[in-house]
Amino acid sequence: MNLKKDFPMLNKTIYLDNAASSLTPTPVVKATEEYYKLYRANVHRGLYKEAEKATKEYELAREKVARFINASPEEITFTSGTTASINLLAYSLSKALKEGDEILLSQLEHHSNLVPWQQLAKEKKLILKFIKVKDFQLDMEDFKNALSEKTKIISIAYVSNVLGTIAPVEQIAIEAKKYNPIIVVDAAQAVGHIPIDIKKLNCDFLCFSGHKMLGPTGIGIMYGKKEKLEKISPFLYGGSMIKSVSFSKTEFADLPYKFEAGTPNISGAIGLAAAIDYLTAIGIKNITHTETELTSYALKKLSALHNVELYGLTNAPEQRTSVISFNIKNIHSHDIAHILAGQNIAIRAGHMCAMPLVQEVLKQQAVCRISFSFYNTHRDIDYLITALKKIQNKLK
Amino acid sequence: MSNNTSTTETLNQDWLGDDDIYRENILDHYKNPRNSGKLKKYTQTHKEHNPLCGDEIQIYLLIKKEKISSISFEAKGCAISVASMSLLSEWAKQKSVEEIKKLNPEKMIEMLGIKLGIVRMKCALLGLKTILNALEAENESYNK
Repeated sequence: MNLKKDFPMLNKTIYLDNAASSLTPTPVVKATEEYYKLYRANVHRGLYKEAEKATKEYELAREKVARFINASPEEITFTSGTTASINLLAYSLSKALKEGDEILLSQLEHHSNLVPWQQLAKEKKLILKFIKVKDFQLDMEDFKNALSEKTKIISIAYVSNVLGTIAPVEQIAIEAKKYNPIIVVDAAQAVGHIPIDIKKLNCDFLCFSGHKMLGPTGIGIMYGKKEKLEKISPFLYGGSMIKSVSFSKTEFADLPYKFEAGTPNISGAIGLAAAIDYLTAIGIKNITHTETELTSYALKKLSALHNVELYGLTNAPEQRTSVISFNIKNIHSHDIAHILAGQNIAIRAGHMCAMPLVQEVLKQQAVCRISFSFYNTHRDIDYLITALKKIQNKLK
Repeated sequence: MSNNTSTTETLNQDWLGDDDIYRENILDHYKNPRNSGKLKKYTQTHKEHNPLCGDEIQIYLLIKKEKISSISFEAKGCAISVASMSLLSEWAKQKSVEEIKKLNPEKMIEMLGIKLGIVRMKCALLGLKTILNALEAENESYNK
């Protein structure tokens, strides 16, 4: 593994926006290229050699994803991403809900794990509740109070894309057991950074995207417990998700195909498998260790700057990932991001697709955010700090 | 590799936004915005905001005989949005309403004298949007 060779962009840019999307290493690009060049065919249909190979690689990708999160292949559905997966769930789970039922989210949620449920609640007259954030973490007392026999769905971000806080999903599942609601986990910010074990988490559904874990864009996963997936109806209908079709009726396919209508993102799945290979070769635990180290260094350096406001846990490295949001007082985050860009330092500024969290809870119009992956270095952070100091001098 | 170089060049060209936009003029208008505050007497007021980044401008206009007799504004936001509004407010003084209505994004960018990419364009044009909507709206007036 040669980082500069595998990630050419690192030669020109200090890339600190991994929470938005990670870089994609050359082996992953090569894997998708190979599909397009050497065995370009549709899956589950043709009987010729290329079709066989395409199908084999696509299903192998499914197996790899399953192993990656300690699940079985029939519990893995390929989608176009986390947002699509959550929308699928909101739609499919809605059939079992009635007026007055409650859905429990948290104040930390990304729009993709908020808006689908919010709109569903409006349409079906459900009650939407939000677990409060206290000291940048989920307030478990508030959670226990919000939980009741009326709670039918709990949907939580495993890792916050603004604060980096890791939610106590296992604890939530244990606590909720007495009422047995459906538990959905938005793992978009967790994959590729911390290990994911759906058996440990004991959630019913878990969603994530490939592009945040070195994979291509346009591919994502919905994991679901077999017995839960069997109970819910599909979201998209059409080819591939059927067993038989007549003019008057249709018999749906078995899992996991039931939720994969139409031609899937074949190259995306193959690329995702290559990304999993790449990550596994390094070892997720090693990645977590590297990123934790970088985060501590960055937090130390940032808090030493004048007029910096940090959002997130600063003294609990095991309870957070490498997503760091901050503001420099009296300087607008957009100006900071813009000037940094001129020096080829890529950070994010704005509301991070989490307007309620940023504007109503943190009470900021916008924030700056840096987020690491294992290929970032101490030097990246040093460059950032030097640049931030210059900006402070210039704009004060 | 020549391919890499041309992509880099394109990246830099498309980006259009190095330190240049933060030159003296812009920084001065950001740190010391002209016509800042609320007019004691105004015939029109209007507020606009850019929800994506939180830039907000409220403009106050005193219009006499179809001319901008006085103008002031309260702005909260990034350097580009504040500086643009400040420059615009200086330009707008004593201009006729008709002249203001003729302003468009191109003329506004020309006035600023800086090159902007798509993303920051919205910041630069917020002031223009605010003043044009202030002139359109049938809105409240305040006379002490």
